[in-house]
Amino acid sequence: MIFKRSRTRSAPQEVPAVIPPGTKAGVKAGSILDPNEPSGPRDTAWQRARDNYRLVSPLNRRKFSIIVVGTGLAGAGAAATLADLGYDVTSVTYHDAPRRAHSVAAQGGINAARAKKVDNDSIHRFVTDTVKGGDFRGRESEAFRLAEESARVIDHMNAVGAPFAREYGGSLATRSFGGVQVSRTYYTRGQTGQQLQVAAASELARQVRAGRVKQYVRHEMVDLIVKDGQASGVIVRHLLTGELKPLLAHAVVLATGGYGNIYFRSTLAKNSNASAAWRAHRRGAHMAMPSFVQFHPTALPISSEWQSKTILMSESLRNDGRIWVPATPGDVRPPNEIPEEERDYYLERKYPAFGNLTPRDVASRAAKEAIDGGFGVGPLKNSVYLDFRDAIARLGLETIASRYGNLFHMYHDATGEDPTTSPMRIAPGAHFTMGGLWADYQLMTSIPGLFVAGEAGFGYHGANRLGANSLLSACVDGWFTIPYTVPNYLAGKLGQPLLDPDDPAVTETMADAYARFDRLLGIGGTRPPRDFHRELGEVLYSGCGVSRTREGLTHAIGAIRDIRERFARDLLIAGPVDRVNQELEYAGRVEDYLQLAELMCVDALEREESCGAHFREEYRSDTGEAKRDDSTWASILAWETGSWDDTPTFTRHVEPLSFEAVPLEVRDYR
Amino acid sequence: MKLTVRVWRQDGPLGEGRFDTREVDGVEPSMSVLELLDRYNHEVVTSGGEPVVFESDCREGICGACGIVVNGRPHGPVKRTPACHQRLNSFDDGATVTIEPFRAGPYPIIRDLMVERGALTEVLQAGGHVHVAAGTAPDADADRITFDTAEQALDFAACIGCGACVAACPNGSANLYLGAKLAHLSALPIPASERGSRARAMLNEADLMFGPCSLHGECAEVCPADIPLVAVSYVNRERLRAGIAGS
Ligand SMILES: Cc1cc2nc3c(=O)[nH]c(=O)nc-3n(C[C@H](O)[C@H](O)[C@H](O)COP(=O)(O)OP(=O)(O)OC[C@H]3O[C@@H](n4cnc5c(N)ncnc54)[C@H](O)[C@@H]3O)c2cc1C
Ligand code: SF4
Ligand code: FES
Repeated sequence: MIFKRSRTRSAPQEVPAVIPPGTKAGVKAGSILDPNEPSGPRDTAWQRARDNYRLVSPLNRRKFSIIVVGTGLAGAGAAATLADLGYDVTSVTYHDAPRRAHSVAAQGGINAARAKKVDNDSIHRFVTDTVKGGDFRGRESEAFRLAEESARVIDHMNAVGAPFAREYGGSLATRSFGGVQVSRTYYTRGQTGQQLQVAAASELARQVRAGRVKQYVRHEMVDLIVKDGQASGVIVRHLLTGELKPLLAHAVVLATGGYGNIYFRSTLAKNSNASAAWRAHRRGAHMAMPSFVQFHPTALPISSEWQSKTILMSESLRNDGRIWVPATPGDVRPPNEIPEEERDYYLERKYPAFGNLTPRDVASRAAKEAIDGGFGVGPLKNSVYLDFRDAIARLGLETIASRYGNLFHMYHDATGEDPTTSPMRIAPGAHFTMGGLWADYQLMTSIPGLFVAGEAGFGYHGANRLGANSLLSACVDGWFTIPYTVPNYLAGKLGQPLLDPDDPAVTETMADAYARFDRLLGIGGTRPPRDFHRELGEVLYSGCGVSRTREGLTHAIGAIRDIRERFARDLLIAGPVDRVNQELEYAGRVEDYLQLAELMCVDALEREESCGAHFREEYRSDTGEAKRDDSTWASILAWETGSWDDTPTFTRHVEPLSFEAVPLEVRDYR
Repeated sequence: MKLTVRVWRQDGPLGEGRFDTREVDGVEPSMSVLELLDRYNHEVVTSGGEPVVFESDCREGICGACGIVVNGRPHGPVKRTPACHQRLNSFDDGATVTIEPFRAGPYPIIRDLMVERGALTEVLQAGGHVHVAAGTAPDADADRITFDTAEQALDFAACIGCGACVAACPNGSANLYLGAKLAHLSALPIPASERGSRARAMLNEADLMFGPCSLHGECAEVCPADIPLVAVSYVNRERLRAGIAGS
């Protein structure tokens, strides 16, 4: 493996490793968390970590059972690779086929610091972009791992059948994404996620056919089994028969994706949810920075009450599209009748260095400000224009259509409008959760034996994820991290038997799961789960959305408690427990959202600074940009939830951050 | 607008089915047929009934989960468009919309509109993959693939695995799906090295579950991924090639 040294190395910058003061009511101060990073310089940390990881000899591997929940890029990669290495692997997904995992929907691309071109990309630059893009709220050491393994990810996915876009001469084609000034995004038309996901699912299928992976499709994980503080299995529910069943293992990997759907309307698939992660949290796994949510600037605006989601338009469109609003509020002329000088290309005006390619948080906030300021366009005045007119004039319709053809097609399907003749309308939509289960450098959560991979975790992206970095992180976790770190954990457990199915830890967790479904079915109220979910989404968009205030968050917490109270009293679920019951599945997910939502608001309230996507209006610079407070908040907050009654108690643990390769600086995309 | 919605209800694989009919008022032309079903279900549930079971997930035409038949056509009246993108503007105000499950031998009905499409996964498991262990792949830039080859592979790789092609085929043939996978993988240098064994494994498996192709061409008409009809010719081409190459 090629190992590049960073340009400069300095001692970690002095950041006081204090627990930030002044926890709020209902919040207890916890302990300082250790990320278990290898000591020494960060740029060589991953190599040192791997050199020191313990191994399991090939003959002993089949004695270890590992459950991987989720078959997205992270889960399929982890399960296929662990199985190929010889472990006894069980893979669980609620989909009917592994290929349908939500990774399939990613459009734009996957980053890799292959640095083949002479645009001066490098591992170091990748790390700088990622850490800075995340507004210094992620671990630098992990950004190095991401960068180093990225080359292998592309090689592997190419070999197993993902047809990447190519240049005429046959080398890989790349494009630029928001927040970077080099071209390191690899792609396949607007279907990058699909091509990677199908290739990954095929790898998993190969292991299933070879008998090395036991595959449970249409099974939902409903709880985690913990024995003596160690993750020992999961409880799954068969979605067609309702049967509950314990699956036991020496280690469990959760690769269950993000929880952006908590906002009701998001760019995620309808079934994406927080439940696996939240259930693990309730069994003791810390949840890190749950309020760090990315709102995608190029989602389609809401046009009707029954619209079930916000469709995403790939960020790659910002390479050629120009974003603007009319210069005068309330201008109702059709876009093509508004002359050049009466348009405000506000990103180009405010951020000349990055223009339309500013990172997502900045672009979303700017759009929200334009819309809130009365400059919004469209029937509901809730969107801004993304215009290809100039690009078509410059490069020709054919070139633009070959770049974005299927996205234009999708836009046309969704809206009936043709983006080559009149501009698209876009608006910020909940998209990606940087927050997730806290894990150390080995991806192990605060429950030994429970690992997390992909978007379900919190790693890499800090307070704002760079476009095309998350397909990469899911792949790096699955193929090139979990296969090193899980064996490192298992090596010490040789000879340890699986938990006895009659062990109280199993029977009690099973009993909890039965009781929970009985309780939900027994409420017998009048409103289906969707109603509560929709209400919650509205509360979160306004209280814990693109921008936040102390007052708004406090209000949101009250509103969430109110919805929760009504949910417990007035939920209606039609149909019985023992066969397909999609309303029951939905209700379980909404119940978990109603708890997580409160923690999100508490987390956002607690962090008294603005950073990345977490924009607290009270903390802004003279120019109106996000204002970090590194002396107090250069840290990861990881939460523990105590017993849950009407007013839950949360304990806040802190992992201090320091930066050695990327000096702390104010993010400036001007 | 107002629509009369007839929906197929069936309790289980062996149960007898029937249509339930309901008028749904106040829907908008921009809604999708799946949003129509959401709306329909809301009314069923709040008036004490059990909701219609149907599958969907991404709702943006890429996961392949939404498989229903609308007015006799898999996915719906607009050609080559998945159910989640079929808008109500295809129907006149006051029209009747009939929604049924995919009907095909290899897809047993689970309940209402939900069918079991596991047969599609099984053929993939049999051979639709490449034997490369993580970390052992060569440099992807050194694996030269011309622009045209990559584009051709992508045209076939676009399949979303919805299974509509099988439901549209009078014979229940999966040749569009199979041909797309074979064509995609045999266009790319590394996957192509297993071309013969892949074709044998996948086609042997498929022969057990799906019908033969007699070139009706219905499949390509409904395919939401625009897989060209020429894909079906790859099935015979690869079969022949694998046979000649021997094992
Ligand atoms: C519309 C869209 C476009 C995107 N575009 C890009 C892009 O261009 N580039 C980029 O880098 N990133 C992009 N992202 C983000 C990226 O796609 C995701 O972060 C990434 O794919 C997540 O992968 P994953 O493996 O962690 O989870 P997923 O792919 O979401 O997989 C989750 C899996 O867990 C399973 N699961 C979940 N809960 C349970 C449970 N309780 N029981 C059983 N199974 C369960 C699901 O069945 C599924 O198999 C995009 C995201 C969206 C929504
Ligand atoms: S070939 Fe087309 S219709 Fe058939 S499964 Fe693939 S996408 Fe669906
Ligand atoms: S719901 Fe995913 S393709 Fe229609």
